[in-house]
Amino acid sequence: MLKKFITLEWKSFKRSASFKANMVLKVFMVLGALYFIAMFLLLGFGSYFILEKFELEPFPTVNRFLIYYLILDLIIRFFLQKMPVMNVRQLLTLPIFKKTIVRYTLGKTIMSYFNWLHLFFLLPFSVVLIQQGFDVVGVLAWFCSVFALIFFNNFINILINNRDWLLYTIGGILITTVGLHYYEVIDPTLYTGPVFQTLYSQPYSMLLPLLMLAVAMWLTYRFFFNHLYLDSGLSIKQQDATTEQLTWLDRFGLMGTFLKNDIKLLRRNKRSKTTLFISVLFIFYGLLFFTGAVEAYEGPVWRIFAGLFVTGGFLFTFGQFVPSWDSAYYPLMMSQNIRYRDYLNSKWWLMVVATTVTTLLSSFYLYFGWEVYLAIIVGAIYNVGVNAHVVLWAGAYVKTPIDLTQNKNVFGDKQAFNIKSMLLALPKLLLPMIFYAIGHYAHSPEAGYLIVALTGVLGFAFKEKVFSIIENIYKTEKYKTIAAYSESK
Amino acid sequence: MIHVENLSKAYGTTKVLDIPELEIPKGQSFGLVGNNGAGKTTFFSLLLDLIQSTTGHISSNGIQISSSEEWKPYTSAFIDETFLIGYLTPEEYFYFIGELRGWNKADVDQFLEGFTDFFNDEILNKRKYLRDLSKGNSKKVGIVGALIGNPEVIILDEPFANLDPTTQIRLKRILKALADKPEVTILVSSHDLQHTVEVSNRIVVLEKGLVVKDLQTNTETMKELEAFFSGEPADVE
Repeated sequence: MLKKFITLEWKSFKRSASFKANMVLKVFMVLGALYFIAMFLLLGFGSYFILEKFELEPFPTVNRFLIYYLILDLIIRFFLQKMPVMNVRQLLTLPIFKKTIVRYTLGKTIMSYFNWLHLFFLLPFSVVLIQQGFDVVGVLAWFCSVFALIFFNNFINILINNRDWLLYTIGGILITTVGLHYYEVIDPTLYTGPVFQTLYSQPYSMLLPLLMLAVAMWLTYRFFFNHLYLDSGLSIKQQDATTEQLTWLDRFGLMGTFLKNDIKLLRRNKRSKTTLFISVLFIFYGLLFFTGAVEAYEGPVWRIFAGLFVTGGFLFTFGQFVPSWDSAYYPLMMSQNIRYRDYLNSKWWLMVVATTVTTLLSSFYLYFGWEVYLAIIVGAIYNVGVNAHVVLWAGAYVKTPIDLTQNKNVFGDKQAFNIKSMLLALPKLLLPMIFYAIGHYAHSPEAGYLIVALTGVLGFAFKEKVFSIIENIYKTEKYKTIAAYSESK
Repeated sequence: MIHVENLSKAYGTTKVLDIPELEIPKGQSFGLVGNNGAGKTTFFSLLLDLIQSTTGHISSNGIQISSSEEWKPYTSAFIDETFLIGYLTPEEYFYFIGELRGWNKADVDQFLEGFTDFFNDEILNKRKYLRDLSKGNSKKVGIVGALIGNPEVIILDEPFANLDPTTQIRLKRILKALADKPEVTILVSSHDLQHTVEVSNRIVVLEKGLVVKDLQTNTETMKELEAFFSGEPADVE
């Protein structure tokens, strides 16, 4: 049975319309994965000695911060790890036991890179510990416990993806603890450190994390098993709908019509709502740079990176997938009384408005000095002038249909923001950084800003020309796009 | 109104549609029948420029549909659920189509009043998104949506499928009324011979991508079609 499921998935991957694009992305993802494996290996072997150098006790220090390691893991998983997706509907009436279906879907998540990556840190670190004379049994117990907690995270992540109240509860607890630590009310690591230390000193205590893992596994299993009905987990929740007029947009003519639709699209589908939420989070990303929280971000070129990121959240998370958001009804858009130009224009305006709003919202960065806010404004100009075009341009080639309804299904993919969208965003960030670097190192920071801003203005000036090109690409790609979008059915 | 020349569509080496010539005059109500895989939906998709023809072209009112978008203002269609926007309520969907076709809310509201019977109180003010409607009800929405804005060419693929008997009869009445308008050209495909014969004044039979029969509807048409599809030789004078 397992073999059959795997063949099914291999076929769905190989036979998808976006196979080539998927392959390219997969290659990049593998490269990225290898990079992280290398980093974790280095950390695994090195951290003991590095900590020693700083005259810290290595093992207790690692134990102290292990809680944050696990929390961070959970957060990263929540945003990046793909949920187990399976076309379960078709399997229900076939002679396959329900438990087989559930076991397979859950088993798939165990194989995830997000679990095994940690092995590359934990294993060498444990080896170093043993080599340094720590008790072998204790280290083994510690290793198994932490690894069990990593898998515990794996299952908790599945649950919080499907149960909003759990998400809010866990999120609330995390924010409170981190907040308490930050404002130096309580340092939670002082309490959790000894707990992890106990796993080493009292090896039998490893039963606790193992028990936690077992409970999490059982809960997820039961959750999926109980929801394997057409009218429960596999159904799409029906919302009480209200008709909205949004008449204030009428004055914008045809553009207003599209904008009305896009606003409804954003508000009424969970997947697009997540996208909106994440683009708001992007605004705060700049804090990492301008507060000097992360040392690696101190370089001047990173400022422009931050400016682009802060103002480009919506552009990168939503704009990137134009026209895929409309994939479910693309034939309608292509045969109704709609001209490409109008359609593209409305999406462009949506991005411009969103970028402007984020630029205004991020005015609190003025607190860090006008130079910081200048970087943000320059980033916004570049985003509107160049990246908005690039995004629409690239969109013509991204033919992955977005199933707006799927994410409400327990077995569906819920990710609005995944590694794929990150990869697609990279070139849009690198180019302006290079431009800035040229100006900065050849002359002054101001020259750097000027070059980036001018590029943005130039892109803006050529809007009509660029739109003609994009329009043509959309036209030539039209048939392929329609075919690819109809594939999801 | 619609002129087809040398049209063919092939996937690899298999030809799924091959129409050397076909002329659909303005005002005609054109019925397309044929078994599965006969090429009905392919033909309609070509008419809407949703797929690319392998050879030949279609022109509508003198406009070649694959090279200009000028046919869009007077053409409307409902092919399948990809013509519906799932996250809108039926009202919002109608207003959206209306706005695209230059109708304001009041125009659309007035237009919808004529469909109270057809909707059978299952569509409007139901506080439901289109994605939550049943197949039959979403079909009603799609069909009515395709009629908004006084289009001159209306293309409906299998409009009778999934509708309950009462609604089928009401739909026939609507289509017949439209067929009587001299400026409206309707193209309907169906598996249901009886319905098609009733609403069309010309019937074209497709088989494996070829036009095998082209009939002006009269009292004998039904017999002839039945004979054809049952595989028995037709005894028509």
